[in-house]
Amino acid sequence: MEGCGEDGQVKLLGVTRSPFVARVRMALALKGIHYEFIEEDISIQNKSELLLQSNPVHKKIPVLIHNGKPVCESIIIVQYIEEEWDSKAPFLMPRDPYDRAVARFWAAFIDDNVFPSIVRAFRGQGEEQHKAGEESVENLLLLEEVLRSTGKAYFGGDGIGLVDIALGALLVLIQTVEKVTNIVLMDTQKSPLLSAWADQFCKADKVKNALPDRAELFVYLSARRAELTSPPPRN
Amino acid sequence: MEACTEEEQVKLLGWLRSPFVTRVRIALALKGIQYQFIEDDAENKSQLLLQSNPVHKKVPVFIHNGKIVCESMIIVQYIDETWDTKAPNLLPKDPYDRAIARFWAAFVDDKLLLSIWGVLVGQGEKQQKAVEESLANFLLLDDALRASSCSGNAYFGGVEIGFADIALGGLLVTIKAIQKVTNTVLVDPQKMPHLCAWIDRFSEIDLVKGILPDPVKVLERVSSQRAKFTSAGN
Repeated sequence: MEGCGEDGQVKLLGVTRSPFVARVRMALALKGIHYEFIEEDISIQNKSELLLQSNPVHKKIPVLIHNGKPVCESIIIVQYIEEEWDSKAPFLMPRDPYDRAVARFWAAFIDDNVFPSIVRAFRGQGEEQHKAGEESVENLLLLEEVLRSTGKAYFGGDGIGLVDIALGALLVLIQTVEKVTNIVLMDTQKSPLLSAWADQFCKADKVKNALPDRAELFVYLSARRAELTSPPPRN
Repeated sequence: MEACTEEEQVKLLGWLRSPFVTRVRIALALKGIQYQFIEDDAENKSQLLLQSNPVHKKVPVFIHNGKIVCESMIIVQYIDETWDTKAPNLLPKDPYDRAIARFWAAFVDDKLLLSIWGVLVGQGEKQQKAVEESLANFLLLDDALRASSCSGNAYFGGVEIGFADIALGGLLVTIKAIQKVTNTVLVDPQKMPHLCAWIDRFSEIDLVKGILPDPVKVLERVSSQRAKFTSAGN
């Protein structure tokens, strides 16, 4: 999709297997914003000039470039999309300041607690890996409790919001890491509401085509896991 | 300060030496909001704290008319949005400028804090690596301030202090203490002139002066953290 027209020039630098890039693709799709997707080579030696110039601090994707101005960090980009196109439904953030604070709290929890426990489970071995898996299950139980207390279909209420996007984009990662490591990260028995939410989210219109590429992610993570667990080369 | 009106009950739970509590106190002071400060104890956390922030069990915790908000920069945004008719605006109006302010606040929390913590608790090679990372992070902040000053702005976002300034400013006393305790230079006046000028400017603001924590208490705390993490057997 070319990113030019009434929404201005919108480009997204990223890779299709990245959950963080997926968050931005979901937000853009939900708001109906046309953009140009630029697939990047993110190996250290091959990062493009455009990526390095647009995100000199972190040199990471996703980067959203709107009318030549770069925005970095997935949750910050989603909030930017919401605020820049604030008259376009759906609203990804609640209106009330308290509800917004709660949404930001859980988005931060997903980035600062949920994601790191997934990474530790993926990278770890033995006891460390086992502990990370337990932490992941516990973290997701807290999110299960949020759904239980609101009784709503989504974290955003009746429709998808910031927290749904933040966590929903990680689902393919969670499922793939579980497959590659045989560690349980999300206990479907202990978190039935979350499991139902996950199914619904992955099938939702507009979102389903923005999920990270499952096959690509499986290939990538299988290779990485093999590297991590292979014995060191003998000199 | 007592929160005295019937309409509004504003409480802040924390301890004064915390850089994160400092951030919220600065935001409240900038907006001129009356609140009740409830001093808690890091070594002996109260039931109120544990119940108000069961997920992280950390300060600051902000309680507005019974509603609980946690995480310092989330609290600062909440304050800005709730008292949105009270000047100054802590975040700019323009969505792009807001994204930049959030970017630098996130940088302070995700990168800078981690690197200076690494200096504080590290030893030998690990500490040296953390020192290098911290220097690199402070250089990036210096460069951001250089760019701001080219646009005629004395602070990160503008001519007055805002979101990113509060994020970094809350940490100033802690950063000084860490350098002292570990005998390292992380903020280098020769290499980081813009950052140092910003530090001086920020620290001299009357409102800020009254809020920045007691350097003696912060030094005590930082020293004991270093001792705890570097004692034999750890």
